[in-house]
Amino acid sequence: MTTPEIRVQGLRKSFGDNQVLRGIDLEIGQGEVVCVIGPSGSGKSTLLRCVNLLEEPTEGRVFVGGTEITDPDVDIDAARRRIGMVFQQFNLFPHLSVTENLTLPQRRVLGRDKAQAARVAAENLARVGLAEKADAFPSALSGGQQQRVAIARALAMGPEVMLFDEPTSALDPELVGDVLAVMRGLAREGMTMMVVTHEMTFAREVADRVVFMDGGVIVEDGRPEQVIGAPRHARTRHFLSRLLDPAMAEVEEGIADRPGTDRA
Amino acid sequence: MADTDTGVQPKRTGLTRTRRRRLSRGAQYAVLAAAVIAFALTADWGRLQNQFAQPGIARQLFPDLITVALKNTVLYTLSGFVVGLALGMVIALMRLSSVGPYRWLAGIYIEIFRGLPALLIFIFVGVGVPLAFPEVQYPGGTYGKVAVALGLVSAAYMAETIRAGIQAVPKGQTEAARSLGFSPARAMVSIILPQAFRIILPPLTNELVLLFKDSSLVLFLGVTLEQRELSKFGNDLASQTANSTPILVAGLCYLLITVPLSLVVRRMETKALKEIR
Repeated sequence: MTTPEIRVQGLRKSFGDNQVLRGIDLEIGQGEVVCVIGPSGSGKSTLLRCVNLLEEPTEGRVFVGGTEITDPDVDIDAARRRIGMVFQQFNLFPHLSVTENLTLPQRRVLGRDKAQAARVAAENLARVGLAEKADAFPSALSGGQQQRVAIARALAMGPEVMLFDEPTSALDPELVGDVLAVMRGLAREGMTMMVVTHEMTFAREVADRVVFMDGGVIVEDGRPEQVIGAPRHARTRHFLSRLLDPAMAEVEEGIADRPGTDRA
Repeated sequence: MADTDTGVQPKRTGLTRTRRRRLSRGAQYAVLAAAVIAFALTADWGRLQNQFAQPGIARQLFPDLITVALKNTVLYTLSGFVVGLALGMVIALMRLSSVGPYRWLAGIYIEIFRGLPALLIFIFVGVGVPLAFPEVQYPGGTYGKVAVALGLVSAAYMAETIRAGIQAVPKGQTEAARSLGFSPARAMVSIILPQAFRIILPPLTNELVLLFKDSSLVLFLGVTLEQRELSKFGNDLASQTANSTPILVAGLCYLLITVPLSLVVRRMETKALKEIR
């Protein structure tokens, strides 16, 4: 097997006394799509944010494309250019038009000239199906459109890895599909993707692997049909049953066996 | 007792809501009318007009009122604003720095210059500094002095405004920029500051209005005839003519500038509110 695109070793992260990640080891191969699922507070977003060092790990090492991101001497800005990130809240730049959202980072960070940046921007807007919104401002777009622009903005930098932090959680249900379709297309093109999500259908259909986290550790890691279809661990089954049918969930009593509950 | 069913009854005033409202409004208008009438009857209109509104004297003020006094007021204010904005920006960034001493220095500066009367700072800049450093020359002479004095005063206020503006930009904006490979400095300049300035445009314009008025303190620096601004000009001509008309006219000139500015601020604020909704 070739060297993994993302490698996480012994990763721990605490916020004060609160241990959010308690030793994570994870490898993601080139072109692999990995969905990370788990209850809120399980540390899955923190794990994702450690991969591009938006959060600094307390302990452990993170490699992306062979470069150690956690090395204090690494040029983190250069390393991040290879890692695209999509946020739950889109985080488009509201004072810039859609096209400028895509061209400004290319010009300021990659030093591309105006014409080249504009061409790459147009290509990527077309890729997410929003070529006709090139001159609109983010506030004039729906949530789903904003998120697709955010994906295009990340892609315009030519990343080798894409991180998605609950990309559809802030969207109205009817807008989720467009965003997932764009992500599905990306996966098909062979992009290495790490996706924190609650979309089980997407995980089942698109992911090569599903990782279930709870209480700051990886509980289960395997093929989607195994982790989602036939989970081995009680915690995974418990989580999935609540997710698939929230109305059937009982009031929790026996929560002592769930270490994740100290962080609601 | 007849009424035993509830025990407690609200106190009754015997007034319906409509009547109460009408009464209250009537009383307020009555007070206003009485005050206006009392003022009109007690004021000696002839003397007032003689002292404050003599068309002949007002005419004498032109064109110097505009070409010298108003021009200088605008010039002093704008140069002070530019210096204050630049310095305020530096102090705001120092205040947000990760280096402790920078934060402390900025904090001390802000506390000192916000706590002192602008007049003292003018005297300090105009008299203290030249005495202490005889070889130091302000570029532009009096204009430079005023720019520095007004700049020092306004920088303290603007620094706090700018800092608040920077902190009002959501954290996700910095994160998005950093995740795209922007360095912290580039993210600040290209992404955060443009948004912060949009937020603080109304309070900065308010600061400009305040500076217009503070520019009158140039009076204490000693200025030549050509350097007089509105207040000094009005005051000088009032003593020359032994009449207060120049003061009134100079005052109107201030309002000519500050009132439209205030209106602009109000429009920006309502527009900003609409955008949030």
